[in-house]
Amino acid sequence: MNAGDDVLVRVENLVKYFPVRAGGLIRRTVGQVQAVDDVTLTIPRGKTLGLVGETGCGKSTLARCVAGLIPVTSGRVTFDGQDITNWPRRSMRPMRREIQMIFQDPYGSLNPRRRVGSIIGEPFAIHNIASGTERKRRVQELMERVGLNPEHYNRFPAEFSGGQRQRIGVARALALQPKLIICDEPVSALDVSIQAQVLNLLVDLQRDYGLTYLFIAHNLDVVRHVSDSVAVMYLGRICELGPKEPVYGAPRHPYTTALLSAAPAADPDAAASRQRIILVGDVPSPIDPPSGCRFHPRCPKAQPLCSETEPQLEVKAGDAATHVTACHFPVMAGENLAAAGRSELS
Amino acid sequence: MSLGGIEVQGREAVIAGAALDTANVEGRSQWQLTWRRLRQDKVAMASLVVILIIVALALAAPLFVSIVHHPPNVAYPNTGEDVAGNPVGPGTNGFWLGTDGTGRDLFIRILYGARISLFVGFVTTALGAVAGVTVGLVAGYFGGFVDTILARFTDAVLAFPYIVLALSLAVVVGPSLTVIVAVIAFFSWAAIARIVRGQTLSIKEKEYIEAARSLGAGPFRIMFLDILPNLLAPVLVIVTLYIPTAVVFEATLSFLGLGIQPPVASWGNILADAQNFYQVAWWYVVFPAAALLITTLAFNLLGDGIRDAMDPRTERVFAAGRGGLRARRNKTAGTGGGLDAPHVAPSVPAAGGN
Repeated sequence: MNAGDDVLVRVENLVKYFPVRAGGLIRRTVGQVQAVDDVTLTIPRGKTLGLVGETGCGKSTLARCVAGLIPVTSGRVTFDGQDITNWPRRSMRPMRREIQMIFQDPYGSLNPRRRVGSIIGEPFAIHNIASGTERKRRVQELMERVGLNPEHYNRFPAEFSGGQRQRIGVARALALQPKLIICDEPVSALDVSIQAQVLNLLVDLQRDYGLTYLFIAHNLDVVRHVSDSVAVMYLGRICELGPKEPVYGAPRHPYTTALLSAAPAADPDAAASRQRIILVGDVPSPIDPPSGCRFHPRCPKAQPLCSETEPQLEVKAGDAATHVTACHFPVMAGENLAAAGRSELS
Repeated sequence: MSLGGIEVQGREAVIAGAALDTANVEGRSQWQLTWRRLRQDKVAMASLVVILIIVALALAAPLFVSIVHHPPNVAYPNTGEDVAGNPVGPGTNGFWLGTDGTGRDLFIRILYGARISLFVGFVTTALGAVAGVTVGLVAGYFGGFVDTILARFTDAVLAFPYIVLALSLAVVVGPSLTVIVAVIAFFSWAAIARIVRGQTLSIKEKEYIEAARSLGAGPFRIMFLDILPNLLAPVLVIVTLYIPTAVVFEATLSFLGLGIQPPVASWGNILADAQNFYQVAWWYVVFPAAALLITTLAFNLLGDGIRDAMDPRTERVFAAGRGGLRARRNKTAGTGGGLDAPHVAPSVPAAGGN
C-alpha cells in the first residue's frame, strides 16, 4: 500500500480480542471474541476511508481502537507519525483534540440532562480552551456552522429531531478542530431524507477544514457517497480494500460481490437484471471463527484450499496497486456467483 | 376542574410564546417538569406544606419560649403539676399542650424535640447520601476489583443488625448526639450506594459517556458531571424516604434511653417518660406521638409524590396504594390539561426544520 507523508492514520496488524468469562465467584476466561483480527490499513490525510461490513463484524471495535477508547490486544496504531497504541489516558489527552468521534445513536450519544450549549461546549471546558462568553460565542458559531439555530443554545437534546441531534454531535466533534473524525455509523439511525443532509454536511466540513474521516457504515450507498477508498470487513478481518471505483465497480472478493448484490437498487429495471447472491447460513461466531478463509462456509466459490489456508490481502491480477483482496479465487469480471451459490445449495 | 383549566391556559401561553419568539423559549429542564407535575399532586403538596410548618415551628421554638415564658428544661412544680403531683392538661395555667411528668411545658419540649429530630433526619441523610453516592459511583464506574470490594462492603453493612450495633455503641461510647448521627449515617449510605451503583452500571454504557471519554474527560468529571445528574432523581426520592427513617431511628434510640439524654428534649425520650403517666395524662403520649407520626408520614408521602413526578411512567405502579384518589384526579385532569404528556409537549416546540 502507498506509504508516505500524506498518511494520517496507519493501523498495522491490529488485533482486539475480548475475553469471554464464565463462572460465578471465580471467573475464568473460557474463550476470546476475536472482534478485530490482524487488520492493517492506512488513511491518507484529507481523505475518507469507508469501512463496511455486517453488524458485529468488528467495525466499531476497530474504530474505538483507533480512537484510543479501548486498549488493543496487539498491533500498532500510528497517528500523524506518532505511535499512539495503548497510551494511558493522561498522555492521550492532547491527542483527543486531534481525534474525534461521531456516534451512531443521536439519542444515546447526547447526555439528556445537559443543555445543548453545555454539550457542545464541553470540549472547551475539558481542555480549558474557552470559558464564559467566549465559550458561548464559539459554541454558537459551531451551531451555526452545522446548520443549527444558535438561539437554541439553552435547549435540551430531547427538544431536537434525530437529524438535529446528529448535527449537535457533529458540532461537538468539530469543536476542537480535530484532524481525524471517526464517524461510527453516523447516519444509520436517521431517516433516509435526513441522511443525505447530514452526509452532505460532513462532506462540506471535510472540504472546508481538510478533515480526514474514518467512515463506518453498513449501508454501501452511504459509504460510496462519502468515501475515497473502501475497506470491507468480515468477521474481524478485512477481505477487500481499495479505491471506491474498483471495489464497487469490479469487486474481487465474493463477500463484496454478495454485499453489493444485496443492496437495494433505486431502479427496479436495473434490479431485475442484476444477479442476486443469497448467502447461505449465518455469520459464524467470532469466538470460534472458521479455519482458513473466514468466509469459506458461506462462500459460493469455496474450495478445499479455502478451509485450510488463510488468504492474504494482496493485489490480484489485473487490479490497481492500491486494490487488495484476501481471496484464493477472486471473482472474475462477468462471473455468475448466483448460479454457483444455487448449485451448491441444491 | 379548576386545576385543569389553569393547565390549559398555561399551555396556550407557552405555544403562543413559541410561535411568536422562539429565541426566548428556554428548554424546560427536568426539574421544572417535575415541579409542575408535583404541584398537581395534592397529597404531596399538602405534605410539603406540613413539613415546612414543622420546620418553621422547630426554628421558631425560642420565639414561643419568649411568648409563653416557659424554657424547655425548667420545671414548674406549682403551676405545672396538680396537687397529686401529676401533669396538668392542655390549656391549664398557660401550658398550651399541658405539662410533662416533672411539670415542664410539653408544647415547648415537643418543639425542641422537633429540632433534634429534624437535625438528625437531615444531617444523617445528607451524610448518608454523600457517602452513598460517592461509593456507588466509584464502585459502578470503575468496576472490577474496586467494585468487588465496595459492593461486598455495602452488602455487609446492609446485612448488619444495625439496632444491635447502635445499642452497643451507645453503651460503650456513651450516648450522645454525635454517636446517634454517626450510627444512623453509617447505616443509611449503604442502600443509597447500592441503588447508585446499579444506575451507574447502566448509565456508564451509554454512548454519551463514551463521547465524553473521547473528548478527553477524566473519570471524576464523567462520574460527577455526566453520570450524577442522571441519577439525581432516584437519589432525591430515596433521600426523602430516608429522612423519616432516620427520625424514627433517633426516636427509637432515645426511647430506649440510649439516644438524646434528659433533660434535653427529644420525641423519643418524651415518649419514654410518658409511659409512666399515660393513664392520668393522655396528652403526654398523644402529642409527641402525633408529632412523630405526622412528620414521618409527611416525608413519606412527599417522597412518593416526588417519585411519581420524576418519572410519569412509574405512576401506574405506585398509584396502587392511593388508586382511588389518583384515578379520580387523572380523570379530571384528562379532560383539561392532562397530567404528563401535555406538559412535555408544549416544552418541545418544533425547533425549526432540519
